[in-house]
Amino acid sequence: MIMKENCVIKTENLTKEYRLGVIGSGSLRHDLQSWYAKKRGRENPNQKIGVSKYSDSDRFLALDSLNLEVNRGERLGIIGSNGAGKSTFLKLLSRVTAPTEGEIRFRGRIASMLEVGTGFHPELTGRENIYLNGAILGMSKAEIAAKIDRIIEFSECEKFIDTPVKRYSSGMFVKLAFAVAAHLDAEILIMDEVLAVGDAKFQKKCINKMRELAMRDDRTVLYVSHNMNTIRQLCSRCIVLEQGKKIFDGDVENAIKIYLGNDSINTVSVDYIDQYKEPCKRNDIELLRAEFYEKTDNRFFDNDAMTLRLIWKNKAEISNLCLRIEVFDSHRYPVTAFVTENFYSGRCGDTASMRFKLDISRIVSGGYSTRYVFYNKENPNLGFENVEIAAGLGFTKITPNMNENPWQKSWGSIYMDEIETEN
Amino acid sequence: MKTNDITVVSSKRGLFSVNLKELWNYRDLVVLFVKRDLKNVYKQTVLGPFWIIINPFLSSFIFTVIFGMIANISTNGVPQFLFYMSGNILWSYFSSCFNRAGSTFLANARIFSKVYFPRLVMPLSGILYNSITFIIQFAMFMILTVIYCFTGDNVHPNIFILFLPLIMLHTALLGTGVGLIVSSLTTKYRDLNVLVSFGLSLWMYVTPIVYPISQVPDNLRSLMLLNPTAPIIEAFRYAFLGSGSVNTIYILISVSVTAVILAFGVLVFNQVEKNYIDTV
Repeated sequence: MIMKENCVIKTENLTKEYRLGVIGSGSLRHDLQSWYAKKRGRENPNQKIGVSKYSDSDRFLALDSLNLEVNRGERLGIIGSNGAGKSTFLKLLSRVTAPTEGEIRFRGRIASMLEVGTGFHPELTGRENIYLNGAILGMSKAEIAAKIDRIIEFSECEKFIDTPVKRYSSGMFVKLAFAVAAHLDAEILIMDEVLAVGDAKFQKKCINKMRELAMRDDRTVLYVSHNMNTIRQLCSRCIVLEQGKKIFDGDVENAIKIYLGNDSINTVSVDYIDQYKEPCKRNDIELLRAEFYEKTDNRFFDNDAMTLRLIWKNKAEISNLCLRIEVFDSHRYPVTAFVTENFYSGRCGDTASMRFKLDISRIVSGGYSTRYVFYNKENPNLGFENVEIAAGLGFTKITPNMNENPWQKSWGSIYMDEIETEN
Repeated sequence: MKTNDITVVSSKRGLFSVNLKELWNYRDLVVLFVKRDLKNVYKQTVLGPFWIIINPFLSSFIFTVIFGMIANISTNGVPQFLFYMSGNILWSYFSSCFNRAGSTFLANARIFSKVYFPRLVMPLSGILYNSITFIIQFAMFMILTVIYCFTGDNVHPNIFILFLPLIMLHTALLGTGVGLIVSSLTTKYRDLNVLVSFGLSLWMYVTPIVYPISQVPDNLRSLMLLNPTAPIIEAFRYAFLGSGSVNTIYILISVSVTAVILAFGVLVFNQVEKNYIDTV
């Protein structure tokens, strides 16, 4: 395999296969039994009934012939749903486990942070752990000694540096661990979503540090994350993995679009018949179906209007029905709600179909889930009376960045109008 | 390491492709692991590092009472306590090297699943750590030996004490070699652990620890000396106490057995290391 001068990582046909289910029996007696039976041409006494002997289905390709070249100084983002093979790829690269087939070549040293503070010992002080962790990541003692002041400064843990790390908060722990990794002399830096634990300020600092390493010192950074904002801020190139295969390689924004589209599956309608719904006290109506009207996917760009059609059946006389559509972000945190009151009255047994126009232009980019709550407010003393609650259709909002400064998830999920200034 | 060195990771790995240069690059890590262990083993104990000294004294005392006074096993005129202590410290050095190497994969599964460094760093730091404890215990033993010498007991240290470093190396490598094999096997078969701890104590009793080899019936003696640990103990006792005898042939056999076991251990370890994390 030939590597170009500028290429730092090259993989060819990289494949990793896992066997599903129980591997071996874990006990020598059973394995010997199986081996003996096999040798004598008998049936394996430990074979599970109904499981064919060597079915292909119990093999699982976590990574399926991946070919990739990464050049010096690139900041490569790796995204994909859970189980897409991201972590397997990083594990192979960091040599934690060996590939089943194929080959990786890389130039220089790889420092991998698959986990925060690997090898940190709780009883040792922060300073001692810097040395230990640095050495685990491949630095020599002299190298660490030359950099320890900068590491401590970056970690913002000066005050506690001679305290055992078992007394650290999880945030301090992350900061210290990241500080060590960020100061490695390794040519290639691998990060598996380790920034998720630090506070927003520190996350920003880390991202800037990694950018700086890549841009000024020509280091190569590989970064796996589910947080599209950090991917946007850090990466110069992005690949999307799906079921062990690379389905996209290139521009970050396009990669994110593809990933988000894949992630929330192109569901544009849902039928509620026989589906479990949250039970409520009153079952006056039964929701049958929800759909995005005249849509082929659930992505909404920029100012696209969202038209939702709901079909339900009245199980009693309905008057002054109200509807609330609640929106949650990917962490199930409530974002906002759309409300319409007293919009419908109908007789028992009727089936109703109505369209609702929702203005979601203020909602920032990301994946969202929804919930439909039908309620009644007839009796003012009872407050809201739920008639029907159902999990709604999810949607993905995609808004291109309008200015240099992209919207941070930590700012919230709703855009506000620009500030009017007055003298 | 130069920035342009190319590393190849592939599914195949040569039988003996142990990268010694890489291991050397990680020497600081070996030292740091030893330091970590020294700091932590006796945390939250009353007597702390004194246990290193107390341990051999206690067990030698028990041996003296049981095997010396009650069972009345001869020690060839050597003061009983000294005799048992010599066997005791060397055997505990051997068995702790064995245990450290033997638990490499299982005890370090967490760290091994997250970061790469040459896995042999772990058993190596084990050897170093155990050597330090051994040297401390040995110093105590030496002091006792000198005291016994002056009181005119039957103790005759001789020029062979210069071989101590070789005896230590031999013991450590044998223990580690067997340990590496066990470590590789236990990743798959956990029940081996039970067998191993039983086997280890059995091994101690077929090694002349609690009795001198001269007490063994003639027809069994040469068979017992084929046990690779037996000639080491004999050589150690001969050098420091002047008791027993040293037979070069048995020592050579022991050295060759050690070499074979170590080579096989490293080979198996090296093969298991690349994928064990998927199945552990």
